[in-house]
Amino acid sequence: MERLEVLKTYKIYIGGKFPRTESGRFYSPENQKGQKLGNICLSSRKDVRNSVVAARKAFGGWSERAAFNRGQILYRIAEMLEGRKAQFVEELIFQGATKAQAEKEVNISIDRLIYYAGWCDKYTQVLGSINPVASSHFNFSVHVPQGVVGVIAEQSSSLIGLVSVVAPIIAGGNTCVVIASEKLPLCAITFAEVLNSSDVPGGVVNILTGSPSEMIKPLTTHMDVNGMTYAGNDSEIITQLRESAALNLKRISHYDDNWMDAEAQNLYMISDFQEVKTTWHPIENIGGATSSY
Amino acid sequence: MSNKKGRSHLILPDFSQSPCVDKVGVEERVSRFQKRSIKNEAKMQGLKMALNMIDLTTLEGKDTPGKVRQMCYKAQHLHDIHPDLPTVAAVCVYPSMVGVAAKAVAGSGVKVASVSTAFPSGQAPLEVKLMDTKFAVAEGADEIDMVISRGKFLSGEYNFVFDEIAAIKEACGKARLKVILETGELVTLDNVRRASDIAMFAGADFIKTSTGKISPAATMQVTYTMLEAIRDFKLKTGIQIGMKPAGGISNSKLALHNLVMVKETLGEDWLTNEWFRFGASSLANDVLMQIMKAETGVYQSADYFSKD
Repeated sequence: MERLEVLKTYKIYIGGKFPRTESGRFYSPENQKGQKLGNICLSSRKDVRNSVVAARKAFGGWSERAAFNRGQILYRIAEMLEGRKAQFVEELIFQGATKAQAEKEVNISIDRLIYYAGWCDKYTQVLGSINPVASSHFNFSVHVPQGVVGVIAEQSSSLIGLVSVVAPIIAGGNTCVVIASEKLPLCAITFAEVLNSSDVPGGVVNILTGSPSEMIKPLTTHMDVNGMTYAGNDSEIITQLRESAALNLKRISHYDDNWMDAEAQNLYMISDFQEVKTTWHPIENIGGATSSY
Repeated sequence: MSNKKGRSHLILPDFSQSPCVDKVGVEERVSRFQKRSIKNEAKMQGLKMALNMIDLTTLEGKDTPGKVRQMCYKAQHLHDIHPDLPTVAAVCVYPSMVGVAAKAVAGSGVKVASVSTAFPSGQAPLEVKLMDTKFAVAEGADEIDMVISRGKFLSGEYNFVFDEIAAIKEACGKARLKVILETGELVTLDNVRRASDIAMFAGADFIKTSTGKISPAATMQVTYTMLEAIRDFKLKTGIQIGMKPAGGISNSKLALHNLVMVKETLGEDWLTNEWFRFGASSLANDVLMQIMKAETGVYQSADYFSKD
């Protein structure tokens, strides 16, 4: 008797759990051959709201983790991704990539996570500074995470675009709400499963599938979102981001990189999601020879 | 065994024979309340009503007069950006903070409730509990939230529990008495029903689910069981008793579900803060954020609201 294959239900990822969308809706994207990729959650604005609540709740704990521990966890994500490589390759091929492209995409994704894992306990030293001031103060600046960051992931890739933006955000101690690629959503949810089995606390990364046009507004206008980032070059979306950001002075960034380029990663992607905190610490008067700082 | 506040004429039932509660039935019924769709104007009205029913609470070992004054200010100025918001119903504090709170809310219509009787455990002799209560009343408490002796209750000493409540009621004088059953420790819904009956016959003006120190606290199942007890008591004696779920009601949706439950179980008479309260510390901000969301169309952040 022929075995009937059990198909996977792709659900969204909020607060470390995999609920169905609150709206109960779904859509069925197809690949170029006209095959259905699956029934995918068509998330609503209420899923956005729930995700932001989850991200806010997770922020305190995640940002206060020891930097070294955050690095270990990012490394762990890479390890788990490596272990499930075959599944990602298969999904990428199903979504239209060639075998070579798919393998390259997964490999670069893993390496990118390792790259940012390494930065976790180093970026503050490199970015921070001790500032010369003309008064009796020891003045220094450190980078602290923004808070909850909204992410509109690259729409033309399934995995690498998402990983490339999410990794520096969480490496810097932020939490995020991600709108995945609408047409290529499979790897985003499988990546959520990787996150869920990698010691990443629930709520640090929340991933929603569905129509960006429906979710961008509630996410970008949300008063509890501190930053927004967009991977893409649609000028309408960029304008919308800028307008909505004015509501509560969200910091916004957008990227138009080719993420498949092994060099499309750098320290400044971490600092894009940081605020600079400068401290004026009173000290004794510094006179030339007796200076102690 | 009788109390002097107008319930001495009641013939006391045998509390060991309090009605049994059908747990599955309660769960069924409760899940229905959660499926009502309350939107737009109805939602807004419900939210404002919920705000006006809140007992804004701080019951921590680290409470200071400053913290209590800050909370009392919040009780009267929930979100000043928004005109025509009601105040909360009351502030709820420890007896040592009643004086501070009474002064801070004087003239605003916000009442001062004080927990007493060795809250939250209730593990103290009756004399201490009476002194605790009298002190709070003398300091200016309008309402007393007492805890029952759960240990005695669970050992079947219902008369002890009854007498204690009656004695505290007497010590309250003009202050209204809320009796906390601490349902999280009562184990079964049958016990919740029995404790409710005891409290109401002994002189409670309100029955209240929990101290907020024990989880689970005010689940809808427990609240529903208590509402049914209140309804039966009203039908039997004609006396109206108030209800206060406390602990765990931290969001607007849950508050609205509770209001629906009250309306459909007891009727409109209970939909005022005279007869229904929420004991909560973080509910107010969530309700305020919902109200602002409805008016601005934008999801809100706690950063822009005063601290709980």
